[in-house]
Amino acid sequence: MTAIEKRLLVNKIVLGLSSLSALIGIGFLFWILYVLVANGIDAINWNIFVFEGAPPGYEESGLRQALIGQLLLVGVATVVGVPLGILAGTYLSEYGQKSKLAEIIRDISDIMMSAPSIVIGSFVYAIIVLPMGHFSGWAGVVALAIIMIPIILRTTDDMLQLVPSTLREAAFALGAPKYKVIMQVVYRGAKAGVLTGVLLGIARVSGETAPLLFTSFNDNFLNYDLNEPMASLTVTMFNYATSPYEEWQKMGWAAAFILSMFILSLNILGRLILLKKKGR
Amino acid sequence: MATVIDIPSEKAIEVNNFSFTYAGASSPNLKNISMPIAKNAVTALIGPSGCGKTTLLRSFNRMHDLYPGNRYDGKIVFEGRNIVESKEDLINLRIKIGMIFQKPTAFPMSIFDNIAYGMRLQGLKNKTELADRVEKALRDAAIWDEVKERLRHDANGLSGGQQQRLCIARAIAVEPDVLLFDEPTSALDPISTRGIEKLVMELRDRVTIIIVTHNMQQAARVSDYTGFMYLGELIELNKTDEMFVTPAEKLTQEYISGKFG
Ligand SMILES: Nc1ncnc2c1ncn2[C@@H]1O[C@H](COP(=O)(O)OP(=O)(O)OP(=O)(O)O)[C@@H](O)[C@H]1O
Ligand SMILES: [Mg+2]
Repeated sequence: MTAIEKRLLVNKIVLGLSSLSALIGIGFLFWILYVLVANGIDAINWNIFVFEGAPPGYEESGLRQALIGQLLLVGVATVVGVPLGILAGTYLSEYGQKSKLAEIIRDISDIMMSAPSIVIGSFVYAIIVLPMGHFSGWAGVVALAIIMIPIILRTTDDMLQLVPSTLREAAFALGAPKYKVIMQVVYRGAKAGVLTGVLLGIARVSGETAPLLFTSFNDNFLNYDLNEPMASLTVTMFNYATSPYEEWQKMGWAAAFILSMFILSLNILGRLILLKKKGR
Repeated sequence: MATVIDIPSEKAIEVNNFSFTYAGASSPNLKNISMPIAKNAVTALIGPSGCGKTTLLRSFNRMHDLYPGNRYDGKIVFEGRNIVESKEDLINLRIKIGMIFQKPTAFPMSIFDNIAYGMRLQGLKNKTELADRVEKALRDAAIWDEVKERLRHDANGLSGGQQQRLCIARAIAVEPDVLLFDEPTSALDPISTRGIEKLVMELRDRVTIIIVTHNMQQAARVSDYTGFMYLGELIELNKTDEMFVTPAEKLTQEYISGKFG
């Protein structure tokens, strides 16, 4: 075998192996989606949206409390986390820049991003649930916000830094004070990127289960009071899926399907916004 | 050593023993520059790359203050004040001394909002007055006919040359006394370049203009006075007509005849 033949052979083997592993990866993804859709579609019906949780055997049983609880938890966490994340990211990009403090904050936020979410759950358990003496929606909100903030902070920081400094200079050269340069020029230039970061942050916390087990816990009934324990799709799914009753297991699939579609749409939306921005 | 002629007419700015040091630089990047800037005339700054033209230009509106650690020494006198002193009100200064950058800097907003930006900053809210002044600025910048149908469109949809004229319109809309141009045509095609040069010559009756350029023909075409800089020093300030025919300094002679640079 000549050197060239040998090289071609090695090339073919490497190409074959890498294609195979890519196929395996994609295969699993589609397998998961298939199982989810096959079981989920079947389990979805109108009752799920109108009725609250009920013991097995009841016709009128649904996921209403979990759907609304999920929206409340994620919604309030978004209201708390997004402004904080954007403001902190703004500080890093526009004020802290390359300073030591800014670099330390960036490092800490990277560490927080890779921290297991169950650790954040137990932290919130220790500082909120224990002192209050009971689980509560607020504790869940705080846990989700803590997970969300570093994601939004880093994307905001990155996206604002992508705005060319000449654009800032041009605004300063017209006599604009710094806060107006940031709000009127820098934010506008980075709008699409920051929005994408926000969507991805929301998508990320929407799938969290572990930190909610410690904090908002669960509730079989609809509840709008964040001072009380609160149902979420993820925890409900966990409870139903691991139960021995077939109806409950079906409802677990329904919850999984709805949650996955929600997160998938957020991800696709985020990507579309970025694509549209690049296309211009 | 340097030859700096006196200017018979009124002066808008006087640079006096001015030095500038970038953060971290071991020696000054501009050294003891003294020169008058004639009022309502065009002064060109020429010189080889890295000689400090941009650095000097950005000192007039204190652009260097956006980055920490830069140092001004000596004087730049404008309206009777030394504007490089730390107590200078930079917002007020920058309203009076506008700047056009090398690359167009259209803000990510509509054409109208771009032009209105500076006026809104100054608190102008009246819709009709705003619209009138936007139109006047666009006319003065010779771009009105091209954009009048699409004032509400995103300014980033304009061509490079149009964007540069938009930036000029945005700068003159606030009626500054001085306009600083840093190689405003280096990214443009010859036709757009002609357009900008024509504009500079029209503006000179009412605005003091300082323009940095790498193109000596451009300096010769548009300016009344030319300053030649070399290694952070001003070598010669002369009437443009004289400078390009009978320069006073040997270094200037060598530079404009293409011996280096
Ligand atoms: N931000 C900066 N920090 C430190 N040094 C700088 C900075 N900007 C420029 N310099 C230095 O200052 C000197 C003058 O630079 P300047 O940009 O003013 O030159 P210029 O004449 O405008 O050149 P060009 O024709 O290439 O634009 C150069 O030696 C350059 O390396
Ligand atoms: Mg320059």
